[in-house]
Amino acid sequence: MLTRPLSGDKPRSTVLTVLLLVILVALALAPFLFPGVRSLETAARICIFIVLVASYDLLLGYTGIVSFAHTMFFGLGAYGVALASVHMGRGWGALLTGTVAGALAAAALALVIGLFSLRVRAIFFAMITLAVASAVAVLVSQMSGLTGGEDGLNYQIPRELTPAFRLGELFGVRINGKLLNYYLVFFACLILFLLLLRIVNSPFGRVLQAIRENDFRAEAIGYRVVWYRVTATCLSAAVAAIAGSLFAIWLRYVGPDTTLSFEIMLDILLMVVIGGMGTMYGAVLGATIFVLAQNYLQSLMGVASEATEALPLIPNLLDPDRWLLWLGVLFILSVYFFPTGIVGRLRSGR
Amino acid sequence: MSDPILSLQGVHTDIAQYHILQGVDLDVPRGQVTMLLGRNGVGKTTTLRTIIGHWQAKSGAITFDGAEITGIPTPARARAGIGFVPEDMGIFTDLTVEENMVLAAASGPLDKARLDWIFAAFPPLKTFWRSEAGNLSGGQKQMLSIARAMAEERKLYLIDEPTKGLAPAIVSTMAGALRDLKKQGASVLLVEQNFSVAKALGDTAAVMDDGRIVWTGEMAELSASAELQERLMGLSMEAH
Amino acid sequence: MTAAPDHKPTFADLSLSDRIGKAAPYLLIPVLVVLGFLAIGSTSSWLTLTVSGLAMGMMIFIMASGLTLVFGLMDVINFGHGAFISVGAFVGITVLIWLGSWTGAPSLMLNVAAVLLAVIAAMCVTGALGWGFERVIVRPVYGAHLKQILVTVGGLIVIEQLIHVVWGPEEIFLNRPETLKGAFTFAGAAIERYRVLAVVVGLVLFVAMRLVLRRTKIGLIVRAGVQNGEMVEALGYRLRLVFIGVFVAGSALAGLGGVMWGLYQEVITAGMGEEMMILVFIVVIIGGLGSVEGAFIGALLVGLLQNYIAFLEPKLALISNIGLMTAVLMWRPQGMMPVVKAK
Repeated sequence: MLTRPLSGDKPRSTVLTVLLLVILVALALAPFLFPGVRSLETAARICIFIVLVASYDLLLGYTGIVSFAHTMFFGLGAYGVALASVHMGRGWGALLTGTVAGALAAAALALVIGLFSLRVRAIFFAMITLAVASAVAVLVSQMSGLTGGEDGLNYQIPRELTPAFRLGELFGVRINGKLLNYYLVFFACLILFLLLLRIVNSPFGRVLQAIRENDFRAEAIGYRVVWYRVTATCLSAAVAAIAGSLFAIWLRYVGPDTTLSFEIMLDILLMVVIGGMGTMYGAVLGATIFVLAQNYLQSLMGVASEATEALPLIPNLLDPDRWLLWLGVLFILSVYFFPTGIVGRLRSGR
Repeated sequence: MSDPILSLQGVHTDIAQYHILQGVDLDVPRGQVTMLLGRNGVGKTTTLRTIIGHWQAKSGAITFDGAEITGIPTPARARAGIGFVPEDMGIFTDLTVEENMVLAAASGPLDKARLDWIFAAFPPLKTFWRSEAGNLSGGQKQMLSIARAMAEERKLYLIDEPTKGLAPAIVSTMAGALRDLKKQGASVLLVEQNFSVAKALGDTAAVMDDGRIVWTGEMAELSASAELQERLMGLSMEAH
Repeated sequence: MTAAPDHKPTFADLSLSDRIGKAAPYLLIPVLVVLGFLAIGSTSSWLTLTVSGLAMGMMIFIMASGLTLVFGLMDVINFGHGAFISVGAFVGITVLIWLGSWTGAPSLMLNVAAVLLAVIAAMCVTGALGWGFERVIVRPVYGAHLKQILVTVGGLIVIEQLIHVVWGPEEIFLNRPETLKGAFTFAGAAIERYRVLAVVVGLVLFVAMRLVLRRTKIGLIVRAGVQNGEMVEALGYRLRLVFIGVFVAGSALAGLGGVMWGLYQEVITAGMGEEMMILVFIVVIIGGLGSVEGAFIGALLVGLLQNYIAFLEPKLALISNIGLMTAVLMWRPQGMMPVVKAK
């Protein structure tokens, strides 16, 4: 029954199926199951990161290309919505224009970068994306006239999507624009995810995987490897941009730190690796676990750091600001010992 | 032939998922030129690469000069006294001819007398001594590649198709040099498609098919029998 | 993707266009310097900018040289290289701060001694770190580019964070030693002493590196190994050992670059290595992966262009490097002086 929307790509593990269903239900009913502003924020963030990570996995896991520009594409979408809302004024038209423009710009930029670097060597791509993405990040924070610089941009979105728009109550939960906004995010993300699942299970996706396994052979069979890689890059960039647009609609704010920073890039990498490269479902698990951990573990580290205050160096290591240190260690260990991620483990343990 | 310089026993080698060598048993006698023959794609190059260690044997044993070398790394095998001339010649094209030769003498400076001998065998190398090896012609590169193996005294030379794609005049230069090497009493394992060269140089021969040695014997016996050639290699080589 | 087989029956002399093609990258530097002069107009500003561009280029070259060789030799791309830059800067500057009385004195001898000690300490620490990094982080992932990139990025984060743990989260400001402060006037242009020193150190290192690569057996092994490592091993050389040596030397040079960059900026942060890596990657790409000469030319081009553009049109300075990279890759998709792989 469910195979059609899943494009025939079943979870292939009972535990995985259960986990995915739990996450789906929890996200679908989040406003009712976990009332409160903070948990709704977390749920929306999970939705958006699932799509962002899944689109990255299309590149990393399915095509075997490492990109460091994924946050740049994410940011393009976000700034697209922000700029459109600022300049066109509050309205649905602005949201749509910004989203489409952001996605197109992301795809175009991905095309240019891809043509330049993938033609020669896939490894160029990692270095060039890193250089371009960092230049763009600096550029955005410098062009404060247009982008608001480090402060970012605040803007207004249609009233129907804000808490000010009230509809009444259901099961004791206030139905307002924020809730509608959440469902906009949720359903958009669901559709995008299913779309990505379709892409990787299409003949196109199979060719990508053949290229990842052995690009010489794929070329020899007659597939134009560069074309496939560049197309995957553009698709992935466009989806990342749309995720960025959703993030901008949800937050009503964009800034370099929330959309463009290298730290988010690392988060994405980690989510893909932990969840499982080359399995779209890995993105779901990776993003969910990671966002939850980020929200709650950091506070735990603060407590631990205070508890060990008397000891030398240890409180420094446990300081919540050193969150990245432990992520880095976790990251290296997962690449070595856990390369197929959670999904790989669950599937092989079946 | 009580004590062969090189001996392979039941060697299996996989490349990626392909099972290329399927139990190679081969003895290379001392002081002789052994021809490794067979059609394309039967595993001759893989055999040489497994001996030098570029591919690791999955199972079986390789014994060189009385010691087992199966698991040891390539540089140690080379230092034990194996010279290798790969099919693609392995020339360092960014280096000069001189630098290629200096590198080839791994255990010390180039020996003057040896160098004179090499120059006599391959005069172009003297002419282009200080040129970038990348600018040499195909034949000259092949000369350099063999000269590199000859730069030091080695107990065994593994040479993969030294006459491939060369003009007849250069083929005879190459054959002359190999004959020279043979005269000095070197042990050689030579892969060769050119049957007339094989006939002229070979003392013994081993024929491969499908990742195994299917026939071994005197080269003279093989070259005398068109029927044997037809059966082992699928076509009569006499045409060459 | 692979070169056509060589059909030339006889030895052909290099044609004129081939010769120009080989020399073209070298010519780019004087061309850029002249263009800079024409665009800037004022001799004194141009001279100041040229010196500072060269200084910057030399420092980037010092950081990039090890990375490009490591790639050429073992096909290993080390995204963690930037961490050595930061660590080198922190170790070196710490030593300089300890030796505050030496650096504060207006004595050339004491100043130089302090800087030398700082450099030696930084290079020892980063060299040792490089050795450990190779063993722990890089070795398990040979031949797998994807994992290499991921794991070395992980290593970069961990080391950067450890710098925070050891030296605290704040940036550290510092003063250059007395005799390296200030500028002198030459042809009406103010030229900072330290920049001249940086240019000299860079040049000396480049010449020394070339000598080692051209004239010593180790150098031959490295150059041959960059082209065809398998054949080098078949000749009896243990390329792994050579590779570890190059990795350690490259890490130590990154440490040296870090100290020099710290003294140049007079402030150091844990993230400085990561920032520099972006320039280093650009340099390595436009130079041609694996080529020391290419990295040298690329670094000078990046340094000069960035300084000229920063003077002419400050907003464009950031993207000038990306523009340069784009232009070079349009001209030569493999970089200016790519190493020809024999396979």
